[in-house]
Amino acid sequence: MTQHSPMEPTKVDVAVIGAGPAGMAAAVTASKAGLSVALLDEGQSLGGQIYRNIENGTPFRDGILGRDYVAGRTLAQSLRASDVTYLPRTTVWNISTDNMLDLSRDGSSSQLIADKIIVATGAVERPSPMPGWTLAGVTTVGALQILLKASGVVQEDAVLVGSGPLMWLVAAQMISAGTPPKAIVETTPKGRMAQAMPHILQALKGHRYLTKGLSMIRQVRGAGIPIYNAATNVRINGGEVAESVTFISKGKEHTIHSNHIALHQGVVPNQQVTRLLRCDHKWDASQHCFRPVLDGQGKTSVPDVYVAGDGAGIGGAKSAALMGRLVALAIAQEKGKALPERVDRLEAALASDGAVRPFLEAMYAPAPQFVKPAKETIVCRCEEVTAGAIQEAVDLGAPGPNQVKSFLRSGMGPCQGRVCGLVVASIIAERRKASMDETGYYRIRPPLKPIPLSELANFQPLEVAQK
Amino acid sequence: MTQTADLIVIGGGIHGSSTALFAALRGMSVIVIEKDTVARHASGVNAGGVRRLGRHLAEVPLSQHSMEIWYGLQDMLGADCGFQIAPQIKVAENEEELDRHRARVQTLNRMGFYHETILDQPQVRHYLPAVADHVVGGLASLRDGFAQPFWTTTAIARKATQAGVVFKEGERVLSLKRETDWTVTTDQDIYQAPKVLNAAGAWAGALAGSLGEYAPVEAIAPMMIVTARLPKFCDAVVGATGRPLSFKQMPNGTVVIGGGRRGRADTATNTSEMLFPELRNTAATAMDIFPIMRGATIVRSWSGVEGRMPDDIPVIGPSALHDGLYHSFGFSAHGFQMGPGTGETMAGLIETGATQFDLSAFAIDRFAPPNT
Repeated sequence: MTQHSPMEPTKVDVAVIGAGPAGMAAAVTASKAGLSVALLDEGQSLGGQIYRNIENGTPFRDGILGRDYVAGRTLAQSLRASDVTYLPRTTVWNISTDNMLDLSRDGSSSQLIADKIIVATGAVERPSPMPGWTLAGVTTVGALQILLKASGVVQEDAVLVGSGPLMWLVAAQMISAGTPPKAIVETTPKGRMAQAMPHILQALKGHRYLTKGLSMIRQVRGAGIPIYNAATNVRINGGEVAESVTFISKGKEHTIHSNHIALHQGVVPNQQVTRLLRCDHKWDASQHCFRPVLDGQGKTSVPDVYVAGDGAGIGGAKSAALMGRLVALAIAQEKGKALPERVDRLEAALASDGAVRPFLEAMYAPAPQFVKPAKETIVCRCEEVTAGAIQEAVDLGAPGPNQVKSFLRSGMGPCQGRVCGLVVASIIAERRKASMDETGYYRIRPPLKPIPLSELANFQPLEVAQK
Repeated sequence: MTQTADLIVIGGGIHGSSTALFAALRGMSVIVIEKDTVARHASGVNAGGVRRLGRHLAEVPLSQHSMEIWYGLQDMLGADCGFQIAPQIKVAENEEELDRHRARVQTLNRMGFYHETILDQPQVRHYLPAVADHVVGGLASLRDGFAQPFWTTTAIARKATQAGVVFKEGERVLSLKRETDWTVTTDQDIYQAPKVLNAAGAWAGALAGSLGEYAPVEAIAPMMIVTARLPKFCDAVVGATGRPLSFKQMPNGTVVIGGGRRGRADTATNTSEMLFPELRNTAATAMDIFPIMRGATIVRSWSGVEGRMPDDIPVIGPSALHDGLYHSFGFSAHGFQMGPGTGETMAGLIETGATQFDLSAFAIDRFAPPNT
């Protein structure tokens, strides 16, 4: 272990943020090309969210989580066999324009300087604002799956409410674990299949995903769980704790009692790092999210900053790993290194893996209820700001999310707008009859994650763990 | 098509907006030209202290006048500015610091000002029950306060709009020329007026320079950090004496910490950037003076682009070179409290050519160009 003085921070060729499939693959490939690489990740162990806890699998857990999850182990093994400096439990909480990363690790903060930065921070769940979603006992489907991956725990008596492939996957995994959900309330609106059909021929090129999806849905339907389709007017009831969920399906109102409601409306790129760095972003009308503007090789509008994986646009784990390798190769090429693998094969594989996406995006676009929540629905959970208050701020003259933030404090809480950002922007766009690109997004301020004041007082340069 | 007015204000910060408001209330027609949006920079993102305490002696009369306006500002604007009267206290961490405060109070009293008073140790503990044991006393201005900068500046601009002021946001001034009247050319339009106010903050030096008037404005980015909510422990706005600190617990429980430390300011891109290593001492000072802060967590930070003069007091008054040109800029990170009072004073000066205040300390020609 070396102690560095503040005058000479540790330098690497490439800093990779996030140890999911994109980050692990990018780090390994960059390292193979002869670049010095640091892989920085918040988690205890390799894998990110999708391959969380991948190195500590048991046959029982592997059986529940399935083949696609287990595939991540190979990637983790290649990372362990590489020369990459892997720093777990490391939060990158700021990056300045001179490529200096401010890091927090085990309660102390330090710095690292990198020639190139690969942002591989993946996706976050799209918020599902609805009446009652801030009550205790309401969680997300993604959070239930993390519990399952991290500690093999399955929430009993859970009602899954929402839409999208992950919800079906988690339902199937819960069934395999012997703890099926109490009910599934599907919010995909009627007529979505018809909208998705034009994409079916292309999607058949990715038939493996379609087959897997259909078999998941079949498994869930065959398990005898109540499934309600095309649910609308969804609300969660309760005083402080969720007690039940009420909705309309097939023209009839239903109420299901449970203290555990898990919501899901698909996943969207985590924009926090690329917004902090002031990279250009553009609205993706098919994925209904902002994504960073990239050249063909994952390069953002900001020099030395690259994005790989779901943070660039949702493509799933396999695409993320392919993109990670491609971005690493682009950097290696720029640095005059011999390339350890062929770019054209990776590009072909990436195109083939993404074939199913347009179909899924049309099928599972968020339902109107969650894009334009009702007036009284709380949108910013940290500061308890309602959709109606945001509309009023717009009427007072606030042209975008940053002015609304200054008026109402929405996005100023500990989550830094991670949860509410997209919904706040879409409410403003709707009210002003403006496009999402005109409306824009929150300026993201450091720290990206809260840090103790005492840690700032003791801010130190980085100490690199010796492998 | 060329638009005309009695006065063109360049800069939609608190100084430009409040001068525009008071000029309109005097019956003048006013156009404000702002390259970004109203309150985008220092006027919208400062720490919000409404502080008379500890000001440069030359600023005290104008600051007092501004305070009188602040007390009635929300009623005048018909808007919530988040303004609350609260003590501003500079704590003394040793006897030597307290002696310096005693000498200052005597000086102020001789000038006829009595708003600053000495707090002994029991008194400072009365106002700041959570203060550290080593604090021996302090200097206080008990009826100062704080406000929400963005709410305040935008409320002033809204009231000005109601009074007939036209705000041109997102328009950048390209040139300023004097013939009979002033002609202001922006990237979108042309404006003419007999009088122009330069209230362009960090960008004001370049504007003055384009007219041959030297004003060494440095763009700075004062940094602020905000903590997660803490139980209520402090009603006052607190500073330190021997080291930089500004410290305030907001009504919602979050604590805003700033004071002196600067990030990176870029006037070309209109952006600023945090430099956290610079805040190590600020964090340590906050924990030294309020031990409860040892358990605090930082959730957010910000900085805004502000103009600073070499002597840390603003430029306020008429141009030394050109008729019909006025300046109000370079408030050096303490202009928020002075906004309403300076605006009212400048509006009077611009309309009538005279003011009751001695502005000589703020004259633009106090700076000698480097080549003379």
